[in-house]
Amino acid sequence: MVASPQHEFETQDLLINVGPQHPSTHGVFRMVLTIDGEVVKDVVPYIGYLHRGAEKLCETMDFRQGIGFMDRTEYLAAHNAELSYVMAVEALAGLEVPDRAQWIRTILCELNRLSSHFMFLGAFGIDVGVFGTPFIYAWREREAIIDLFEEISGDRMMYAYFRPGGLAWDVPLNFKERVREVLKSTRQGIKDFDELLTQNEIFRARTEGIGYISAEDAIDWGMSGPSIRASGVALDVRRDEPYLKYADLDFDVITGENGDVFDRYYCRLMEMHESVKIIEQCLARLEPGLIVPDKMPRMLRAAPGEVYIRTEAPRGEYGIYMVSKGGNRPYRLKVRSACLSNLQALKQMSVDQYVADAIIVLGSIDIVLSEVDR
Amino acid sequence: MKGIAKSLMVTLSTFTRKPVTRDYPNYHRPLPERDRAFPLLLWDKEVDEPFCTGCHACERACPVECMTVLMKDNPNHKSNGGDSSRRKIIDKFWIDYARCMRCNICVEVCNFDAIAMNNTWQGHETSVHDRKDLVMDLQQLLAQSHGGAIKEWVPTLGQANE
Ligand code: SF4
Ligand code: SF4
Repeated sequence: MVASPQHEFETQDLLINVGPQHPSTHGVFRMVLTIDGEVVKDVVPYIGYLHRGAEKLCETMDFRQGIGFMDRTEYLAAHNAELSYVMAVEALAGLEVPDRAQWIRTILCELNRLSSHFMFLGAFGIDVGVFGTPFIYAWREREAIIDLFEEISGDRMMYAYFRPGGLAWDVPLNFKERVREVLKSTRQGIKDFDELLTQNEIFRARTEGIGYISAEDAIDWGMSGPSIRASGVALDVRRDEPYLKYADLDFDVITGENGDVFDRYYCRLMEMHESVKIIEQCLARLEPGLIVPDKMPRMLRAAPGEVYIRTEAPRGEYGIYMVSKGGNRPYRLKVRSACLSNLQALKQMSVDQYVADAIIVLGSIDIVLSEVDR
Repeated sequence: MKGIAKSLMVTLSTFTRKPVTRDYPNYHRPLPERDRAFPLLLWDKEVDEPFCTGCHACERACPVECMTVLMKDNPNHKSNGGDSSRRKIIDKFWIDYARCMRCNICVEVCNFDAIAMNNTWQGHETSVHDRKDLVMDLQQLLAQSHGGAIKEWVPTLGQANE
């Protein structure tokens, strides 16, 4: 019998640096891991490499000019980011959004959720080690959605399409058919991923039981979105505080049980089914009408006051806190970023895991660094 | 093992699907008419001069301040014996494409429909070796519209089409 080496030699912890420019950190994010052999003992994350001062910049811009900067805080789900911002402006300026604009906004936000989750599936596949295949498949499906966005708003990522009061311009005439077409390929894509990853034994062995976080801890860290729902907390702004048309729509809030990496993946996949369901209901109820209010003021002025608007973005609660002292620009703007709060739990999730698993844990939170740093 | 076999079936089934990739530099997919590349100025073919009067509206509305506009008296105006009804006209115009964030605001504020987002491939393929070359002057901004190679799509704010 050979005694285990720990008892014979003094071992020393090793510091390794991951990032800031590392392919698996999903952007410019740096973490310093303290490892004991293969096991992570401590994680110190460093953020701020992508800080552009978007909040402060927006305070020097009028409401319309700020929309473009909101796109850039959350580049994978720009429609959702714009939505919170324009809803905050609408609340301050007292604008009623017409029905048609609201339905279209709902459809676009859900489509954006789909495209963002596809991006997650692909990137997560690479983190797990299935190099290439899921990434390219996800890209294929996402491309169909992005093409549709390009036909509607003219841009593929930075849409700048929502305006305080409604939309910049109406959707093209063949909008409904095009969305149905895209949904068809999306449904096939979700099914592909279900078969490709969910039921794959290697994938499950790699993801099940690691990166656990309990429901209580997840709540304490202020997590939101699919990352907290995977721990069994049914928290969804769309259902808890319905905005847009979500009150009239029928959809389920998907929750997991185990709070591990696999559940965080699976929650997102199942959520995509719900998004497809939501879009279909919206399409059935989308009717001709106005897309900006009848009496749209030429100069948009907000009443003095403050609002906090929260919406459910693909990564969780995306909130905008806006203070106005009157006039056409915010006095103070604060973005409540879901990724930043979700990222706080990284240490708790990855301590006592293997180094290779720490990467998967990071991938499973689905962070967008530009949203973390703003 | 069953799961792995199923995964392999998915990969195999893609062989039967039509390829979605395109051989990009050799093939340019058709762009939708709303496609937004970078803003350019439009040419009034009737009186053979730019639409732009140099009114500075776009310059003031641009969030990233990437435009510079200078106006001058129009030598082609009726009072000078010309056939244009524009009293003032654009003298010099620069847009720094490196700074522009393609937000479409300049198009929305222009009262003369003088500026539009480029919706052709030429607008997207603007790579240069020096960033200075991305500062476009009046001639470069007008060239494409003067030559007639742009399908104009100028959106009206809040226009409904049904
Ligand atoms: S492009 Fe339009 S808004 Fe800009 S200076 Fe010319 S006329 Fe004025
Ligand atoms: S598109 Fe936006 S950023 Fe670009 S020149 Fe026009 S207003 Fe400025």
